[in-house]
Amino acid sequence: MAYIDISGVSKSFVTSGSRREVLANVTLSIERGEFVSIVGAMGSGKSTLLNIVAGLSAPDEGTVTVSGELTRDIRRDAALVFQNYSLLPWFSALENVRLAVNAAFPNQSRDEQLARARRSLEMVGLTNAEHRRPGQLSGGMRQRVAIARAFAIEPEILFLDEPFGALDALTRETLQQELAQLCCDGRRVTTLMITNSVEEALLLSDRIVPMTHGPRATLGSPIAVDLPRPRTKALLTHDQRARRVRATVVAALTSGSGRRLGSRRRPVAPLTVPLSLAEAKGEP
Amino acid sequence: MPQALLPGFGVGLALLLWWWASVAVPDLPSPVRTWQESKIYILEPFEKRGEMDQGIGLLAYYSLVRVAQGFLLGIAVATPLGFLLGVSKTMTRMFDPVMQILRPISPLAWLPLGLILFQKSEPAALFAIAVCSMWPTVINTMAGVRAIPQDYWNVAKVLRLSRTTTFIKIVVPATLPYIFTGYRLSLGIAWLVIVASEMLTGTPGVGGFLWQEYNSLVYAHILLAILTIGIVGFVLDRLMGMAEARLRTI
Repeated sequence: MAYIDISGVSKSFVTSGSRREVLANVTLSIERGEFVSIVGAMGSGKSTLLNIVAGLSAPDEGTVTVSGELTRDIRRDAALVFQNYSLLPWFSALENVRLAVNAAFPNQSRDEQLARARRSLEMVGLTNAEHRRPGQLSGGMRQRVAIARAFAIEPEILFLDEPFGALDALTRETLQQELAQLCCDGRRVTTLMITNSVEEALLLSDRIVPMTHGPRATLGSPIAVDLPRPRTKALLTHDQRARRVRATVVAALTSGSGRRLGSRRRPVAPLTVPLSLAEAKGEP
Repeated sequence: MPQALLPGFGVGLALLLWWWASVAVPDLPSPVRTWQESKIYILEPFEKRGEMDQGIGLLAYYSLVRVAQGFLLGIAVATPLGFLLGVSKTMTRMFDPVMQILRPISPLAWLPLGLILFQKSEPAALFAIAVCSMWPTVINTMAGVRAIPQDYWNVAKVLRLSRTTTFIKIVVPATLPYIFTGYRLSLGIAWLVIVASEMLTGTPGVGGFLWQEYNSLVYAHILLAILTIGIVGFVLDRLMGMAEARLRTI
């Protein structure tokens, strides 16, 4: 049995009287220490799925288990990073991290908790900004605080909901590289990331799972990203394997648009590799 | 004309209007007569000559103490009530009709009830102030709790914060600006109520003074009292506004 098992998960929302099925029969297994990305367009129901897997909301049908244990609530050993940072504006960067540390390690002394929070901020290079409030930090720095807060509790599992979606391109690249180091060097944290960027998924993941467009979104077959780490932009651009994986992912995402993906393998896309998902889709 | 002079110009116009009215209505003292007849109260603001015959500073002080007591009593009840109604939908449904009915009741209506309940004018006045001034705080606190973004609730959930920690670290700071807006409005109402309750109970204070001078036909002193009420109310509002600005958390 896999470490995280998502099995037959469905979810619908009732909006103004009409029932909208967002997720239909989603199944996925994640091994311990693996970095898995779910890639799909905006509004495809990715965040709904992540919230269910993380335990923030309950599925209508199906189950999520971690080490065979049913997930009903947020797990003690899991951390989440949201696209919109979710920092408390009235606390400094340090206080935001400490809030998480104090809740996760209630039995440690104040000094130990403080030291742990400081270490975590140091890890993301924010020691000099620890007393600044989120309002006085740039978007990239805010997301660094959120990442520091997530790693401060030494999570076994990390859930990332479009963590860099709100950042400019340059900051995004820097933070992606930093996250790759945090997640994949040394002790490996099992990570499930939601993203709409194929490049981001290629850079960070062990496996990429395409998600069809909702309603009734479901997952396609996982695509293994068999590339050495650390991965650079150059590697992703020029390596043949990288190009093949990218093409497979894009093909899986585009061919199924509007229809449900079957479980059978999609044909590999033609050699002209689209640069981005938007470009690949062309005009509707 | 420089912008800074405009308020002075406005005050001048108002005085002119007052003077014109005093010419039209002979019983109404002109600005100059008002000053001449009441300067003893202003120039010796803390002189005590008799029960009601006191400097205007002293009278305002009595009223302010009463307002402070009634206001503190009111918000001590209103703030927790606001939090409770903000968090619990059941509580809101239960108390909403009661609140909507109690809210528009005038202080003049509460005062006799207070007199029956407490038998004395002082606690009756406090009761009227508290009951009338608490509603803006209740409603603003409630609205503040409801306006907390889902993001912050998610933080509490994701970090597995206890109920107490969530309340202290998230709910209170997120609601604080709303609460202070409530306090500011409540204080304004408390100051309105004090005058009415002093007039009815005849206790020493700006309102009591006003009513007594009306009965003794010293109309200049009525105008003095009215101006004092206005100026003190204005200063109170400004002070609360400053506190509000300092305590901005978001």
